[in-house]
Amino acid sequence: MSEVAIKNLTMNFGPQHPAAHGVLRLVLEMDGEIVERADPHIGLLHRGTEKLIEYKTYMQAIPYFDRLDYVSPMCQEHAFALATEKLLGLEVPERGQYIRVLFSEITRILNHIMNLTTYALDVGAMTPLLWGFEERERLMEFYERVSGARLHAAYFRPGGVHQDLPADIVDDIYEFCDTYPKFIDDMEELLTGNRIFRQRTVDIGVITADEAQDWGMSGPVLRASGLAWDLRKSQPYDVYDRVDFDVPVGKTGDCYARYLVRVAEMRESLRIMRQCLDDMPEGPVISDDHKITPPRRGEMKHSMEALIHHFKLYTEGYHVPAGETYTAVEAPKGEFGVYLVSDGTNKPYRCKIRAPGFAFMQAMDFLTRGHMLADVPAVIGSLDVVFGEVDR
Amino acid sequence: MAFLDRTARGLLMTEIVRGMWLTLRYFFKGKVTVNYPYEKGPLSPRFRGEHVLRRYPNGEERCIACKLCEAICPAQAITIEAEPREDGSRRTTRYDIDMTKCIYCGYCQEACPVDAIVEGPNFEFATETREELMYNKDKLLENGDRWEAEVAAALAADAPYR
Repeated sequence: MSEVAIKNLTMNFGPQHPAAHGVLRLVLEMDGEIVERADPHIGLLHRGTEKLIEYKTYMQAIPYFDRLDYVSPMCQEHAFALATEKLLGLEVPERGQYIRVLFSEITRILNHIMNLTTYALDVGAMTPLLWGFEERERLMEFYERVSGARLHAAYFRPGGVHQDLPADIVDDIYEFCDTYPKFIDDMEELLTGNRIFRQRTVDIGVITADEAQDWGMSGPVLRASGLAWDLRKSQPYDVYDRVDFDVPVGKTGDCYARYLVRVAEMRESLRIMRQCLDDMPEGPVISDDHKITPPRRGEMKHSMEALIHHFKLYTEGYHVPAGETYTAVEAPKGEFGVYLVSDGTNKPYRCKIRAPGFAFMQAMDFLTRGHMLADVPAVIGSLDVVFGEVDR
Repeated sequence: MAFLDRTARGLLMTEIVRGMWLTLRYFFKGKVTVNYPYEKGPLSPRFRGEHVLRRYPNGEERCIACKLCEAICPAQAITIEAEPREDGSRRTTRYDIDMTKCIYCGYCQEACPVDAIVEGPNFEFATETREELMYNKDKLLENGDRWEAEVAAALAADAPYR
């Protein structure tokens, strides 16, 4: 009998699939259970953020950054704040820098809890998610206490942070740093050695160091492939050059290595948070250049000059000198960059956002090719994509 | 020896048993969930919830129609129209917030020079129809009367940081 060629089955994975981590539509060409080709269709969550920012003043653009990668909001504000400060040549007071680093690391833990536990859920372990959300709740309370919102903080502003830390929050963050390792240990007890978890992740979706560089990977995905590349070390911003931490690096580049790197990063984040709390000086949290940052309320109600600054800043905003900058931060998912072009007016001329998840998405094809259909959720989960930032 | 160790662990499923033991211990720990809506989590004074329009203690509305909140609102959710009142003071004739557009960034309360528009502590304002979320001045002032005690306490608590 002659061999019969059977046409591959093309099927949709998502956009409503719960393991697609949002609104990813993945068109899979299947040979039985084997993935022959994966074609990610993105854009279902496109909101035109980049274009919208061109019509907003620099201050109004901040809340839009929260809504890109909505599980790690403050890190993105950080990128925009740093880019604006670079164009303005603005100095941030030391306390403001420490608070920003502290909350960037809280954001990193917030993101990794969300990623690791839902990833475990994707490959069959439900318990870590239930435990993780309890810890996540504590972190979101810190968010709420400093900024007033649990997710969309709008807390980092060009020039520093919006308000100082409330008096008692420092003790609570110390307490969190003491008790949180218990959760990491418990989660590792359930997952790290577990044979089901390992069968689903070890040697799945391997990225070699060369491939990771070719495809523009960054963050934990790059580090899991064995490259110790971390923007916090290679081009430190704010006070990252003053805190002591290690960059965890994986060896194998598979889904399991990415899991391990993220777990190790959470422990490093705790170290950074402790050092920030220890070393944080007293003083202002936001630059006192009232041509750019609004004056304090008490002052605004009594001083005519402050009132004029206040009115000017909340209507017209501030003018940023013409120029361009690419400023990147090590967001929890990878290199989050803002390419900001200013033409000297009060609104950005162009704001290009470099989202780490976008680069991960284009690697989906070579990562899943030849794997089983059930490995696709494992790969998506380990890449840690969030569609708010991929689609922008 | 390592081989024996690994084989024994594999056959005895030690990691599964340990995981089960851990979850069993958690099973007998206290609950961490709160019984919403009868119990609620704590809210800080900075919490940004439903908007209120406040009044002075003598009943006069605070808003002076400076339109700073309308100007700063990134989502353009606020619409204000104003003209002088009979007594010559400048007041709004229309103050609408489209709560479906609002992104709760808190810029309006930051911008307000007289603490008239404030994002209060209320987060339970879900409605059955979309129209009910188009707040007008009456609705906002009514909110202000209802939440004045909480809003004033929150503003006083946060005043040293603002």
